[in-house]
Amino acid sequence: MKPVILGAALALALLAGPVAAQQAGGAPEVQAPVPEVGAGRGGVGAGQVPATTEPQRPTGQPAAPQPAVAPRPAAPIIAPAPLGDRGQPDAAELELQAALRGERIAGRISIPDPKAANLIQPEGRDWRAFHNRTLAWIGGIAVLGMLGILALFYLIRGRIRPEEGMSGVTIPRFTLLERANHWMVASCFIILGLSGLNLTFGRHLLLPLIGPEGFTAVSMAGKIAHNYLAFPFTLGLVVMLLLWVRDNIPNRLDLDWLRAGGGFIGRGHPKSGRFNAGQKLVFWITVLGGALVAASGYVLIFPFTVVDIAGQQSAHMIHGVLAVLMVAAMLAHIYIGSLGMVGAFDAMGSGQVDVNWAREHHALWVEQELARTRQAAAPGGARAAGAD
Amino acid sequence: MARMKFLCDSDRCIECNACVTACKNEHEVPWGINRRRVVTINDGKPGERSISMACMHCTDAPCAAVCPVSCFYTTADAIVLHDKDLCIGCGYCFYACPFGAPQYPRVGNFGGRGKMDKCTYCAGGPQQDNSPAEYIQYGANRIAEGKLPLCAEMCSTKALLAGDGEMIAAIYKERVQRRGYGSGAWGWRTAYRETVPA
Repeated sequence: MKPVILGAALALALLAGPVAAQQAGGAPEVQAPVPEVGAGRGGVGAGQVPATTEPQRPTGQPAAPQPAVAPRPAAPIIAPAPLGDRGQPDAAELELQAALRGERIAGRISIPDPKAANLIQPEGRDWRAFHNRTLAWIGGIAVLGMLGILALFYLIRGRIRPEEGMSGVTIPRFTLLERANHWMVASCFIILGLSGLNLTFGRHLLLPLIGPEGFTAVSMAGKIAHNYLAFPFTLGLVVMLLLWVRDNIPNRLDLDWLRAGGGFIGRGHPKSGRFNAGQKLVFWITVLGGALVAASGYVLIFPFTVVDIAGQQSAHMIHGVLAVLMVAAMLAHIYIGSLGMVGAFDAMGSGQVDVNWAREHHALWVEQELARTRQAAAPGGARAAGAD
Repeated sequence: MARMKFLCDSDRCIECNACVTACKNEHEVPWGINRRRVVTINDGKPGERSISMACMHCTDAPCAAVCPVSCFYTTADAIVLHDKDLCIGCGYCFYACPFGAPQYPRVGNFGGRGKMDKCTYCAGGPQQDNSPAEYIQYGANRIAEGKLPLCAEMCSTKALLAGDGEMIAAIYKERVQRRGYGSGAWGWRTAYRETVPA
């Protein structure tokens, strides 16, 4: 105990020296190793006697006696961080937080390009995972799975033929406008679908076959076609909706049709109107799915006019998933309209279908049509009875 | 070979935009494209800081991973470059890039955006080094001349460091030790999956 008190007293005595000199001579000759507080600041009130004659005790406990002239500090005095930065998480932490929350780090920018104010957008990683994994899996399973199901169906069921054979008598099913519009939408869809699938799968399937230059030429043409054919495709969807929506309202007959397996699984042919439940399904997939795919596509065609980068990523996700599902659905539609069913293609080909085919698949529609023709053939005043 | 990286010491960056200007001038970057930019976060608030950002030349680069035509390649110095003759301007790299580096000379022309442009780390492209063809497409190739990117070389406060990742990280660590504070290397966790102690 005693040596400590002794040491402290000695230290105080030594410190008193420079402090006293300061008071007398103004500015200190040598800067003290500890930051100065109050004493000798620019000689304010020079010669003023301090409130206490007791020398100020420095903070800390200098154990060893200090020399009259302060030594250069051995360790550099660490400056405090700029005020605003104290306790702020560092860049790596902020990035981690942003990544975990899926938030962007953005600020202000002086160049006239507001979208450049995004510093880091971690969502890019999610989009990459979606494009390279999720979409590739969904697309692969949907398209290959559907092709597999159709192949299996063909092997088991074969081509579906009219049970009573062809009658040779035809009945008009689709007008020229209906057929032209159908084929406009169909041809656009095929090119849109192939060029779209190319962006996800072409790199793995086509690129190794035709080389980078050839593949770029194909993909570039596909991209341009994709962008421009979007417009006739959408127009066709609108016309399709106007032409066919009244025959595609779901009703009770559709339940019977679905319960009977549409005649695909069983042998019985459930009655249906102009369109059966399966065709209605194709119609609504085309119209509603097509509308969503078109809307999300237009957002991407005009970047930054409607949505920002996050919106474009979401739009692409919607576009991609719906598009591959639609491709799968249309594969089934193409199969049953061509190879899968004898007589079905004529409806969209020549527009004339065989009466036997029509009776089997659209019995109510045939009755309706025949009734209408009879009515049209017989004028209002004419009577069925002939003799008198 | 070195593993080239960028490091922006945001405690030194004074948002003078000299790096942006130097880059545009050196490479004659088209109007509307900024390969490098300075973003100020918390502008006017405590903790305000500016960060100069461009392509970070990521390890496992997202742009290369999503490119439908595989036009990206990585040099021996780990610089991520792309071939504009193969690029179809689809915009996928822009969706995937965490740093908003890919940019397009045109927008809104039915998605016909032209070939993507981004920071080349002053390393040009796949054309013959320092040929006029390379200059027109990608700008100067300072790496082929044994020089580092101009943005970092021009930086008046030496906030922006370019060079081998380990070397610039060591410089930054030394700075942090000497001055007693730092705020980390922006983008490093995202781009390189590593951090530099702040």
